Amino acid sequence: MTDTNTTPVAFVRDAMLAQKTPPVTNAGIVGWINKNLFPNPFASIGNAFSCLLTLVSLLIIYKIVAGALPWFANGVWDTPSLAACREVLQGVTGGCFSVLTERWNQLLFGFKYPSEEYWRPTLAFIGLFFAAAPVLFSKLPRKMLWFTAVYPFLAFWLIWGGTILVPVMVAVGFIVGYFVFAHFEKQSFAMGLIGSVVAAVVVWSFAGYITDPLSGVLALEPVPSRDMGGFMLNFILGVVCVSLSIPIGILLALGRQSDMPIIKGICVVFIEFIRGVPLITLLFVANVVLAYFLPPGTTFDLILRVIIMITMFSAAYIAEVIRGGLAALPNGQYEAGGSLGLDYAQNMRLIILPQALKISIPGIVNVAVGLFKDTTLVSVISMFDLVGMIRGPILASTEWNGVYWELFGSAVVLFFIVCYGISQYSQWLERQLATGHR
Amino acid sequence: MKKSVFFGAMTVAALAAGAAAAGTLDDVKARGKLNCGVTTGLVGFAAPDANGEWQGFDVGVCRAVAAAVLGDPSAVEFVPTTGKTRFTALASGEIDMLARNTTWTFSRDVDLKFEFVGVNYYDGQGFMVPKALGVSSAKELDGATVCIQTGTTTELNLADYFRTNNISYEPVPIETNAEAQPLYLEGACDVYTTDASGLAATRAAFENPGDHVVLPEIISKEPLGPLVRHGDSEWGDVVRWSLNALIAAEELGVTSANIADMGAAAGDNPEINRLLGTEGTLGAMLGLSADWAKNAIMAGGNYGEIFEKNIGENTPIGLSRGLNAQWTDGGLLYVPPFR
Repeated sequence: MTDTNTTPVAFVRDAMLAQKTPPVTNAGIVGWINKNLFPNPFASIGNAFSCLLTLVSLLIIYKIVAGALPWFANGVWDTPSLAACREVLQGVTGGCFSVLTERWNQLLFGFKYPSEEYWRPTLAFIGLFFAAAPVLFSKLPRKMLWFTAVYPFLAFWLIWGGTILVPVMVAVGFIVGYFVFAHFEKQSFAMGLIGSVVAAVVVWSFAGYITDPLSGVLALEPVPSRDMGGFMLNFILGVVCVSLSIPIGILLALGRQSDMPIIKGICVVFIEFIRGVPLITLLFVANVVLAYFLPPGTTFDLILRVIIMITMFSAAYIAEVIRGGLAALPNGQYEAGGSLGLDYAQNMRLIILPQALKISIPGIVNVAVGLFKDTTLVSVISMFDLVGMIRGPILASTEWNGVYWELFGSAVVLFFIVCYGISQYSQWLERQLATGHR
Repeated sequence: MKKSVFFGAMTVAALAAGAAAAGTLDDVKARGKLNCGVTTGLVGFAAPDANGEWQGFDVGVCRAVAAAVLGDPSAVEFVPTTGKTRFTALASGEIDMLARNTTWTFSRDVDLKFEFVGVNYYDGQGFMVPKALGVSSAKELDGATVCIQTGTTTELNLADYFRTNNISYEPVPIETNAEAQPLYLEGACDVYTTDASGLAATRAAFENPGDHVVLPEIISKEPLGPLVRHGDSEWGDVVRWSLNALIAAEELGVTSANIADMGAAAGDNPEINRLLGTEGTLGAMLGLSADWAKNAIMAGGNYGEIFEKNIGENTPIGLSRGLNAQWTDGGLLYVPPFR
């Protein structure tokens, strides 16, 4: 088969040609523009439409930039009032950002938090990152979890002040409860749970006798809940309610799948009732209606009431998200756990929940982001969170009545940073955990 | 067991209720602080300043009552309330009095079981339009779009007024005054209507206030005043006469500048003497100290001084006294004698 070519070959290329660079109009940024922004308009209707769209978009972008740029560039940062700011601007377009420089502390901390104590919530905020880091990033040293465990009590002490003994005694109650649980767990999970609750309650009821006479020990200046406000309040509500509602939501989801009719009934009624009621109604109940039921003169901390209501609300939603995760697991997983001789608690803890929670992460993050934004609803029940501060005191002051874009723009920026950060983290986490189920 | 716990709780609740009914005045004295309900923010009437101190015309009433009862104008816990939470806050006992530009109406007084102790500002509903619209009377507003706060008496007044004059309008519902401002300026509505004091404050915040006019028609009566719960007349008297003391002080020429001299010893005018406690026992009748009115007036000055400082003609809001002048100057302020 070698000599099939009877005619002699005139020319055979024996070396590959070197690759040529593509024509300028097809490569690099020019190529990209040619392909995406200005394709030959005479080639097809689609291309012509594409060119038109590019031109329109450019016009819109120009309009936005030309409108917004002078507003930022001419911004005034150091006037005491809106009238003075307008005087400086002399009719030129420009933002009166001086409202932010004058009232930044009220936007962040509310108007009643004592200004010489601002370091305390700031420190608690910084601590939040260190406390959350080992939970969020599993590669960090596990010893950091100790700080996470201490953090809630530390943050409470820093933000609310008072003697350190109060959070310490609360922590002692938890520790005693844990040891009782560990002791009885070998006999029965339920017995351990009940025993630990009883032990903790006993400790807490006796703790009052210790903390009352020693209220001066390591005491920071106490700040009542009414004085919390600004973005700090959104953060407190968001962080506390999300971290409380995840464990409660897990319990509710498990309870809804339970075979025991009473537990199942309670969970179903709770979840369906809460999901059927708007959050704002629950907040009104917390603020207004509860006051009618309690005996006159009882003061039941408003922030606590609101935290309970928002936690109940988000726990119901998270329970449904986790129930979806549980339902997505094949039945074989439950049976495999059982065949290994694991009891219910072990089966859930070791086999089912790790898988179900992994599936539920996007949904949980979704609820968390929504919840964080929903915390602004408390402005309706006259609490001064970030939006409440803007709508109420700042816009009602004689100096700043009439400043809108600057204030609400800054609120948008603050919320966007936090919510975008959370959603980026959840996407990263999903990629990290994507070990199967493809 | 369960039942006895329940009854025990009920008893405690009932006892606590009984204790509270003993008298708001005693409660306030025992607490050492007055819980005063104010708005979450209304220009000139109540708003915290850059230092977090509450300032404003309604706030001045709270401070005067606190000074009269406790001798200290700063012994006030300001409880911010919205239009939706104000009445429950008062009815449930969360606040002792409400000084929140609340219109005195029949149903609020009778049906909601509150007691309006007086009027600290006579307001009325007005209209603001851009000058470019070329309207000089509210009767020319046929077919106009009107920005209006929902759930207020202004909404009902507006409907009444347009129906009586047989003209039509299109409402643009809004939630707060702060929302109305940008909507009106962007032309979402031709007319903005609310209390005349609110219109003045809103207009003062515009970049070009001269481009907008407030129409001459005032279509409703809005007497704004502090209120307390029904059924505690002693406390109602304290709040009523603290407010009256401020108004009487202006009428009698007692100001924050000269009160120290006038209150030091009995002077020539017996009514001033009775008011300031250098003569007679008016304070004791109220269950307060003899210098209660002196303290109330020293808290922020007399009625006229509080007015000028917060909403008067030299402030950005620039309200003239109008109906809120003393009866001797042709206004409606007319307090019963201190005798």
